[in-house]
Amino acid sequence: MAPSLAVIAVFMVWPLAQSAYLSFTRYNRIQPAEWIGLDNYLRLVQDPEVWNALSNTAVYAVVVTPLTVVLALLLALLLNQSMLARGFVRTAIFLPFIVSMAIISFAWTFLLDANIGLITYWLGRIGIVAEQGWLADPALAMPAVMMVGVWKSMGFYMVMYLAGLQSIPQELYEAARIDGAGPWHRFRHITWPLLSNQTMLVTIMAVIATIQVFDQIQVMTHGGPFFTTETLVMLIYRVGFQNLELGYGAAVSWVLMVLVFVLSMLQFGYFRKRAVTY
Amino acid sequence: MTEPTTRRRSTSLHTLHWWLLGVCGIAIGLAVLLPIIWMVFTAFRPEADVVAYPPSLFPRALTLQHFVDIWDAIPFARLYLNTIIFAGGVTIVSLLFDSMMGYALARLEFRGRNAVFVLVMIMLMVPFQVTLIPLYDLLGSMNLAGTLPGMIAPRMTNAFGIFFMRQFYLSLPKDLDEAARMDGASEWGIFARIITPLAKPALLTLGLFHFQYNWNDLLWPLIMSRDIASSTLPAGLAMFVGQHVVEYGLLMAGSVLALAPVVIFFLIIQKSFVTGIATTGMK
Repeated sequence: MAPSLAVIAVFMVWPLAQSAYLSFTRYNRIQPAEWIGLDNYLRLVQDPEVWNALSNTAVYAVVVTPLTVVLALLLALLLNQSMLARGFVRTAIFLPFIVSMAIISFAWTFLLDANIGLITYWLGRIGIVAEQGWLADPALAMPAVMMVGVWKSMGFYMVMYLAGLQSIPQELYEAARIDGAGPWHRFRHITWPLLSNQTMLVTIMAVIATIQVFDQIQVMTHGGPFFTTETLVMLIYRVGFQNLELGYGAAVSWVLMVLVFVLSMLQFGYFRKRAVTY
Repeated sequence: MTEPTTRRRSTSLHTLHWWLLGVCGIAIGLAVLLPIIWMVFTAFRPEADVVAYPPSLFPRALTLQHFVDIWDAIPFARLYLNTIIFAGGVTIVSLLFDSMMGYALARLEFRGRNAVFVLVMIMLMVPFQVTLIPLYDLLGSMNLAGTLPGMIAPRMTNAFGIFFMRQFYLSLPKDLDEAARMDGASEWGIFARIITPLAKPALLTLGLFHFQYNWNDLLWPLIMSRDIASSTLPAGLAMFVGQHVVEYGLLMAGSVLALAPVVIFFLIIQKSFVTGIATTGMK
């Protein structure tokens, strides 16, 4: 208990306070931090780079979250039925979650390459042509990193949905069948409402995770081309660790902090009064 | 007379359904595995075959050369060792501290317990990117920047791990430790000899979470390492790719070797890991 508290105090609480302080300073690690009041925040509000990163992050979250959740649900519904090779398929879909996003992103980069990319080539054969490859094209880079994001996490949420599906009492379906309810009605009136716990949890987790997206973007596009894939965390990294504007970087990181904090509060609010119990 | 026929028809329909779903499922599974399959195949192909047009999934020639060359192209053995020390060290220390703290929060009465729990909950909501800049500074002032102990130190405990273990300990019956306490066991004795053995499944799940998270992490090792040799596998490979024009097959061989331990580990204890995830936060 005591060591744990010490670690929390030294490596979490203190840096957090320090980060709040730094966000009001100009600091480049060579000279001592200089207090500049609200200047960083005033600059931030007018900074097109911040707005660009914020809007890229929002677009990423708004597209990837529902897509991931819907696919996870569909896959869970499919894999909850008895079928050939079910174990293999479940493992295959879950596997992306445990492999390193950075490392598998090398493979994705090559698969989406203009010249040697297998996926670029296959899609080209069916008429979806990306002349510069997917990652060099400003219009296609974001969809590409989004697709990789969905691919990576849908298996994780699928497992949560599967657990939810398995906890629904079978008698409900039998009773509905006797009453003559078809598959769509059974889904709409039994499965979907009884999965609302999972849907809430998975959605909130997915939103928080997508807001912090970094790995595949760092490896696949470095935020490019022309900053079209630069997200908030990418910007914090670039400003704080590459441009060495640590005070300003800290201020940008507090934008992220507020976003995640609000979303997490929603999550805990939800935990406190869970809707469905049976 | 009609009944057996209907039943037979519905059984064969059922079998057909079973096969059809399975074939669809296998197709989806293989599509999901495509990058991993491509990675493995490419690791065994000579460079000329990788860049030949049109690209093909299946190798047209095979070689083991990349697996030989990777050890000299970058300090690969060193990266491997660093990653094992980093991910393994964090996992072991963090499991110990997380479970101690979780136990205290779930089962011991002490002043300020609620305040500590609220603190942990708040820390759970703080994205670690916010503490990144001061953390780097702090470790720098302790002369730990760019070292493995420095990389491990801030991860020695983790709000999620504490929360996870607390939830688990809450679910164990209270009589257990009360009986032991009557028999004169010390608090430490109860924790070490009675509670911890019972917590094995939870510890295994959390351990794998910690291990794969840190093994795979990119941002933190990227910031904390001075050069490729002081880095971990994902960050080291990313830096290497950023600095050099890299042969595809070579990089894929490195990638396969870097991913293999986590994948093998996962396949072995898959069942309890997946069950653990499914119940995380749902209790």
